[in-house]
This record gives sequence, C-alpha cells and structure tokens, in this order.
Amino acid sequence: MADKRLSLEDLTGELHSGMTIGIGGWGSRRKPMAAVRAILRSDLSDLTVVSYGGPDVGLLCAAGKVAKVVFGFVTLDSIPTDPHFKVARQTGAVEAMEIDEGMFYLGLLAASQRVPFLPTRAGLGSDVMRVNPSLRTVTSPYEDAEELVAMPALHLDAAVVHVNRADSSGSGQILGPDPFFDELFLGAADRRFVTTERIIDTEQFVSEGPLQTMCISRLLTDGVVETPGGAHFTACVPDYARDEEFQRAYVAAASDPDGWSAFEERYLALDEAGYQAATRAAAAERAASPMGGAK
Amino acid sequence: MIGAPAAADSPGVSRAEFCATACAEVFRGDGEVMASAFGTAPALGARLARMTFAPDLVLTDGDAALVNGTPALGAPPSSLVLESHMPYRKVFDVVWSGRRNLIMMASQIDRTGNQNISAIGDWARPKVQLVGVRGAPGNTVNHSTSYWVPNHSTRSFVEQVDVVSGVGYARAAAAGPAAGRYHEIRRVVSNLGVFDFETPDRVMRIRSVHPGVTVDDVVEATGFELVVPPDVPHTRTPTPAELDLIRTVIDPRGLRDREVRG
Repeated sequence: MADKRLSLEDLTGELHSGMTIGIGGWGSRRKPMAAVRAILRSDLSDLTVVSYGGPDVGLLCAAGKVAKVVFGFVTLDSIPTDPHFKVARQTGAVEAMEIDEGMFYLGLLAASQRVPFLPTRAGLGSDVMRVNPSLRTVTSPYEDAEELVAMPALHLDAAVVHVNRADSSGSGQILGPDPFFDELFLGAADRRFVTTERIIDTEQFVSEGPLQTMCISRLLTDGVVETPGGAHFTACVPDYARDEEFQRAYVAAASDPDGWSAFEERYLALDEAGYQAATRAAAAERAASPMGGAK
Repeated sequence: MIGAPAAADSPGVSRAEFCATACAEVFRGDGEVMASAFGTAPALGARLARMTFAPDLVLTDGDAALVNGTPALGAPPSSLVLESHMPYRKVFDVVWSGRRNLIMMASQIDRTGNQNISAIGDWARPKVQLVGVRGAPGNTVNHSTSYWVPNHSTRSFVEQVDVVSGVGYARAAAAGPAAGRYHEIRRVVSNLGVFDFETPDRVMRIRSVHPGVTVDDVVEATGFELVVPPDVPHTRTPTPAELDLIRTVIDPRGLRDREVRG
C-alpha cells in the first residue's frame, strides 16, 4: 500500500493561492487546526474557504488569507460567534456565500457523487435565494411538479479533515460521537488530506474502536499528517475536550489590536511544535495561578 | 382580561415558569417526534411536555444522540441513557422527514413570521454579523417551527427582518406549493406573551399575555401592528404538579431565572 505520510509543510505545499478549500469538523469541534495554522504561516492567499465554520474561518480571515467564505454558520459553540469573522463580514473584507446548513451538506454530497445538483426544499422562500442570485430551482419531472431548490455541487480543489487515528495509507478513524461531514469534504475534493492525532498500524484500528469508527477509507485520501493536538483548541473527543479557557483567551485577544498582536506573537508566529509548547505553558500558568484566569 | 395588572391568580409563579409552560404547550399533541429546543425556557418546556402530556417525545443530548427518559437541565453527560445515534448527517434525515418539532431563537422576527439569525443591516455588509442562517431555511419548510425571544422589544419584533433565515407565511406562500406543503410556524413565545399566526391572512396575533404583562405593554414593545383579539387571556398557569416538576426535577439549579427575571 502506498505510504501517504506527509508533513504539515508538505500539505501546504500542495495548496495554491486562489484555491477553494474545504475544512472538516463542525463549529469548534474536531477542526484541522494544525493545518489551518500551517496555512497561516504560508504565503497562500485569496482562498475560498468552505466550512461548517468555527475558529478555522476566523483565524484565516484575520490573517488575510480569505477571499470568500461558503458557510451556513460560523460559531465557537460555547461562544456564539467568531470575532474575526464578524469583523471580516462587517468591513466587507471577504465575499460570502451563505446557505442553509442542509444545503451545504447536499452541495458536498452532489460533488462527491459527481452530479451537478441535488434537489431540496431547504432554501425555498428564504433570503438564501436572494443573496445567492446564482442559485436556481428545478421543477420535478414527475406528476407532483414541485419546484425545489437545485443545490449545486460544491466542488473543492482541496479538503483537509482531522481524525483521531489514521494509518500511513490514509485510512482514518473517528472515535468521537459525530463524524460530521468529513467524508463528504474529502469526496468533494480533488486533493484530499487527513491530519490525525496518531498514525497507528492498520491492525490496531480494531482495538481503538468498532468497525463503524473506521469511517474514512483510503479511497478518499491523498495524504496523511500525524499532528498530535492538531485540533486544539477545538474539541477532539475522546482524545481531548475543547480548551474553553484558551478559546476565551482567543476571543478576548481578538477584540483589541494590541491583544491580538500579542496572541499572534505568543502562539501563531511559531511552528506547530512551538504552538503546542506555548499552549502547554499557558495551561500550566493557568493551573499555577490562584485566579485560574485565561491570559 | 385586557390590562390585567398582576399575577394575582397565580402567586409565586415566576415569569420564567410561565415561559417554560408556554413552551411546553408548543409540543402538545405531538407523538413520536424529535423535540429540539434552543434556549433555557424551550429546553425546560420540551422536558415538561415529555413528562406530562407528550410522553412519546424524543429528546436529544445536544450532541450526537437521542436520550431515553427526561434528563434534568445541565445533567452530566455520564448520567444520560442514550437510545440512538443521531449525528448531524442523520439530523437532516429527521428534518427532511418532518418528524421534528423545533423551538429556536430569533434575533429578529416579523409580522408574517420571518426570522433572522444571519445579520443585522444589509446582508452584503452587515452592521452586525450574527451566527448565520444555520438550518432555519430548511427547518421552516420541513417541519413545525416555533420561536423563543427572551427579550421582546421593538428591536426583536420588527416590521420586516433584515435577512430572512426562517421562512414566514407570506414568503412560504410566495415560494410555491413545495415551500408551503410542510410549513408551519406554530408559536412565538417571548418574555411578555405568546403569539401565533391563526389569523385569516396569517399575520401575528397575541394569543396570551403572561400574568403581570398588559396588552399595551406588548403592543408598545412590538415594532409592527399585532392582531389583538377582543379578549386576550393570560398565559396558562402551570399546575402544582407541573411547578413541582419544573422546580425539583427538571431545573433544580434554577437556570431558568438567569434567562428571564421576575
């Protein structure tokens, strides 16, 4: 079997400015944040980001990497909105395609199945149709003659998802309760990347979890990157929960320019190993502080 | 009953408890459907309905599972009895099958039942970017949807929402039979009263005011012309058994009082 192991730099090396990139996970859950951080360090720009959005979208917007966001929401889950994404939208810094989250699913599914669109009621009557004038409806060719939204395929130039375990040939295992739409992000993309907490031998999958947790097949992957803590600060259960204190610190820092410069310098100007060390140091400081505050 | 000054007939019942009871009523008559409820009063209401008059309701754990029984608000995940896997991909199967009854929040709601959670101001360059339309467009044309607005004001009850996320009656009708076929905006519950669209032209009507609130209070806090029936009743008072469930079983920590005061 092909060895598909890559480094984070190899992964970003396969991406190009102007690409449409799908990012797996959901909100502030199991986001491929190490890959996002690698993109932040790269000279990539002008990206179209397709995401069930969380801090991945916020960080990429803050770094000026994004031309357009395709989304149904951008949320940090325990905090309703992402401050950087808000600013990006409110200043007109990014173009937007806002669609119902079910339409989003069907767009990925259509691309995965190589059909131009899938029909749905979702979107009918809403401003999703007004703000996306390229969306069309389709009339059922059967007796009912219902007019439905024709959700177009969301083709991706590249996709990256983060999973709990993978093997070197790119099969992935999701041990948390929800696989989200990661399989469809990969299915919709030309270049497909999986990042993982740990690369293990294929025969070890079965001792990690039942068959249905082995939900990403190597049919869907071109490259796999081992990057422990690679979803931090988003949740990656059962390996780790969301780092709520860090997420609050991210939001606090984002609300003023000086705070954000300091945050960038402390965490984002470093390589991934440096980021992981800096977040461990921050956690240790919090544990040692009698106030336990997020700083 | 118009202009009734206070909750004289229901001493000791808090506003939040009236809101929760009104939210429970949204699920009356429901059989085996997935009850999804966002916000504290809706979450409380769905549980109260399940423990009383809608015992077949199916509740979720807020993550990726359906739960057995009726867990208290804020119950630790380890205490839940899970009965089925419900990841987001399957949630859409449920939404599109119609086997769901939902109470979601609204940053803005208007006279014909359009809801906005996307953006305030011009969508192209919003004054305030909100969370996004989420599933509101699809929810509203596929299954019964109601709204919970804990801060009833002319800023939340507006003549026309800025971005139509959840689809109201006029927009659903204009979009054709496929949009109207399964469309229902059952109720709007706010901290002041309960509203519905049971009018000939499907515009918002006052269904009841919570004790302690007058019709004038509601009209003043609403940015459009409400239909005001000649006799506006008070929102139903929870029974002693219901109050006991709310206070000792469903919400012993009193989370409801953090959302709605008084």
